[in-house]
Amino acid sequence: MAEEPQPTRAVVLRLESVRKRFAADRPAVLDGIDLELVEGEYVAVMGESGVGKSTLLNVLAGLDSPDSGRVTLDGVDLSTLDDDAITRLRRRAVGFVFQAFHVLPYLSAAQNVSLPLELLGVPAVERNARTTRMLDALGLAALAARLPRQLSGGEIQRIAIARALVHSPRVLLADEPTGNLDPRSAAQTLQVLRAQVKAHAGAGILITHSRAAAETADRILTLDARGLAAEERR
Amino acid sequence: MGAWRVWRLLLRAQLREQPGRLALNVLSIALGVALASAIFLVNGAALAQFTGATRRLVGDADVIVRGPAGGFPEGLFARLARDPAVAVASPVVEVDAAIAGRTEPLPVRGIDPFRAGELQHALIEGLGGATRDLFQADGIVLSAAAATALDLKAGDPLTVVVGDRPTRLRVVGVMPKTAYSQPLGLMDIASAQWVFDRVGRLNRVDLRLVDGADAAAFRAALVGRLPAGVFPVAPGTEIGRAATVTRAYRVNLNMLALIALWTGAFLVFSTQSASVLRRRGSLALLRALGVTRGELRRALAAEGAFLGALGALIGIVGGAVLATAMLRVLAGDLGNGQLRVFGATLAWQPWALAGFFGIGVLVSAAGAWAPAKAAAQLPPAQALKGGAGDPAATVRTGWRLGCALGALGIALAWLPPVAHLPLFGYASIAALLFAAVSLVPTVTVALLRAAPRTGRVTLDNAIAQLRDNVGAATLSLASIIVSFSLMVAMAIMVHSFRQSFAHWLGKLLPADIEMRVPPNADTAFWNADEQRRLAATPGIARIEFRRTLHLALDGRQAPVTLIARDISRATAARVLPILRQSAVRAPPDPPPAWVSEAMVDRYGVTPGARLRLPLGGRWRTFTVAGVWRDYARSTGAIVIGRAAYAAATGDNAATEASLWLAPHADADRVGQALRARLGAPEAVQITTSTTVRARSLAIFDRAFTITYALEAIAVLIGLAGVAFAMSSTAIARRAEFGMLRHIGMRRGQVIAMLAEEGIILSSLGAVYGLIVGFGLSLVLVFVVNRQSFDWSIDLAVPLARLCLLGAILVIAAAVTAAWSGRAAVGGDALRAVREDW
Repeated sequence: MAEEPQPTRAVVLRLESVRKRFAADRPAVLDGIDLELVEGEYVAVMGESGVGKSTLLNVLAGLDSPDSGRVTLDGVDLSTLDDDAITRLRRRAVGFVFQAFHVLPYLSAAQNVSLPLELLGVPAVERNARTTRMLDALGLAALAARLPRQLSGGEIQRIAIARALVHSPRVLLADEPTGNLDPRSAAQTLQVLRAQVKAHAGAGILITHSRAAAETADRILTLDARGLAAEERR
Repeated sequence: MGAWRVWRLLLRAQLREQPGRLALNVLSIALGVALASAIFLVNGAALAQFTGATRRLVGDADVIVRGPAGGFPEGLFARLARDPAVAVASPVVEVDAAIAGRTEPLPVRGIDPFRAGELQHALIEGLGGATRDLFQADGIVLSAAAATALDLKAGDPLTVVVGDRPTRLRVVGVMPKTAYSQPLGLMDIASAQWVFDRVGRLNRVDLRLVDGADAAAFRAALVGRLPAGVFPVAPGTEIGRAATVTRAYRVNLNMLALIALWTGAFLVFSTQSASVLRRRGSLALLRALGVTRGELRRALAAEGAFLGALGALIGIVGGAVLATAMLRVLAGDLGNGQLRVFGATLAWQPWALAGFFGIGVLVSAAGAWAPAKAAAQLPPAQALKGGAGDPAATVRTGWRLGCALGALGIALAWLPPVAHLPLFGYASIAALLFAAVSLVPTVTVALLRAAPRTGRVTLDNAIAQLRDNVGAATLSLASIIVSFSLMVAMAIMVHSFRQSFAHWLGKLLPADIEMRVPPNADTAFWNADEQRRLAATPGIARIEFRRTLHLALDGRQAPVTLIARDISRATAARVLPILRQSAVRAPPDPPPAWVSEAMVDRYGVTPGARLRLPLGGRWRTFTVAGVWRDYARSTGAIVIGRAAYAAATGDNAATEASLWLAPHADADRVGQALRARLGAPEAVQITTSTTVRARSLAIFDRAFTITYALEAIAVLIGLAGVAFAMSSTAIARRAEFGMLRHIGMRRGQVIAMLAEEGIILSSLGAVYGLIVGFGLSLVLVFVVNRQSFDWSIDLAVPLARLCLLGAILVIAAAVTAAWSGRAAVGGDALRAVREDW
């Protein structure tokens, strides 16, 4: 079936010839990586352990800087910004979901979700409304007042997803978000993640080595020693 | 988004998760601020009481002409009163009268009430209706404090001792408390001259100058016109004398109190570091979510400042309560005896208290700053994975900083005092302490690297864990190293002082019996006949008399003590603790004088130099034959031969005697026989030298009680720091313990591993603290002590006591570590393995 012509969409994230090496006597982890992510796109990056998937994610988020090459997030070249400016950009434009959940154990589900809005200085009334909407969207409304230790792994990861999307970031970065979940919770989480990225974020990148997880994305890229290559497009 | 929001978020979480840590930090700062402010307030209240009382005595005088204890001819008063620049002249006889049966003399002022009324209105108004009774030949009016201390009321008799003669006075009135706060007796000047054998002599003339006269110029012009030993003194000098004389003691006590606060700062450093370590995942997440480095750093430092502010506030309230109690119980005397006051009340000193509040906030914020900076520097990606930074970088930075601070500390120790205070000495101690803490990672890594594998799994694991977590080990050790090394330094200093003091006592008390009139009283003495009578007492093999009196060498400084005794160049080294001597020179050199170290520091006299003393109304020249060590008279002491003194003054009286018993003589019986030969036996103290030595050492130990108490508090704070740091790291390592349990390590083995870590760490801390403490003690002994008190002490190390202290510390830390471990391995091991946070 022929693809319908797509309207030109804005580039959210672009990597050009990105190279990163951790030690002079070891091969580069990322060697000439190019990537372009446009608005509305949800991409999966697959690869074996140690191939540099997390490094790629850190470089994309400005948590790590490349040795050479250029990373542009929402039209801004990260190499032109200092650490504080990158941090402020990340605060506004990036959402994170981690394999290890990384929610603050001493905050309730709602407080964890509203954290990015609080950091952005969103007034309390609006903050509460947006948090409630996001919790509703992820089916967490009944758990809003609970602490993470009172929740299951799948519920905690949904809180992490809600937190990553509550401020409508330009890009969502998910690093093995189902790595710590059982298959049923993992499948649910992946569906939720895709739906919410489409609804609330500019674009999304899913880092995974699970074929099943990758197949929930619009396209799949593989990362290996030779670089990043397109595998297939849905 | 500002640091403010992050701070609020973190603090809210901390209040929920770690209320114990917050409470510990707040309490440690509160304790330090409470101790420091209480000591400051007590000393301040006592000093205010003293200066207030002196101000009453000075009144409106512009110049005080002050002479020696023996006085000057009253013709000088007439001359001064006739001076056209003088509006009012008021003559005074000042004596510290010996009271029968009491060791403390009563300050008595003989005044002309009419003239004094023009200068000391408030004091004279206090006499009220008793002013007329003052003219009775034996009448004396007592201040309320004197009446209370002597348990007397109007109409009661009061027996004073003049020479060896009891003389009866009658209390004709008691002043109200508001008139004068300290013990004092007021008499008519003529009665005082008659009663105290000072007819025709005065000690002091208070002058008020005519309007427009320049008091400073008048004083300067007087200097050349006054007899030897008589000086014009500015009222400010007179009023500030109590402050000047006790300044070094007060400052040192305040510094000591600040040690608790100082240790509190390191405790904040330890607990904040541990807390940051424990929260590193959360903090890294905040960084990943968009909190900037600066915001995180400021938020964490603000957390410390907030805790400091809370602690300081509690501390100031606690300090005021403590100070009130100390004034009530100890009468303001915190150990040196010079600041004992009657009925002092706490004075509200808002600026000083604001200062202590500020210090509390500052030290707490400073303690939190380093961990805040470290947390902000840690790359979030690395921290999210659980990394703790680069230990090699910690070691490198610490080594460079430690060496630089160490060099600075050593250099500062060589600098001279500032205004008689060892300010550079304190700075040197601070720099050396910071150097020691900075070098902990380097030393720890070096020692742990050298540790061999033992084959015991728990011990090998403990060493490996410490080697890999040098940062955590450092922060565990910081507060205990600071407090323990300061305790070691103080223990060495106090032990050195005590040994030197005991040696000094031995030199000055060589005889079997010591006998003296009440110390500091200048009315009691034995004349030549009485001395002969005493010397003839059966059972005495030998007796040596001494004459001790106060002598002003210049108007700005406190009087020095002159001791006239049997001494020669040949016997000086035997009878005095001589430190330096001048070469022996033959006559016609002036007669020899031996001066205490305070004389060298305050008057710049050195062995071989000439020293002029005002004796018998003339300046007499002596040669400084040597310098001796004196712990009794902080304002300076001079020893001259009795014959030279008598030749210069015609005074053959004696105030003290050393007696050697004949073989088989009984000390008690000889004492009774001596008393039987005295006119006022109850005014004389007769004690065996052994008792004097024991009593003096007991007083010495009592004076340092507060030192020990403050030190113990500092070490307890340090141990609390160790306990918190260890329990924090143990909890942070729950997953590790869970894994060890999974692979077959028993719960007891995990606890043993933690206890061994505690033993290794605290042993390192103890040995390190001993070495650092020894270094600090050198600064205390040779710089701070010497510059503060104008006397030297010989270094002596109480090795056994220090080893015991170290052992206690190691055991306490091991118990603490094992206790922390019990809590950490107490939960479900399986859950611990799966915990990411």
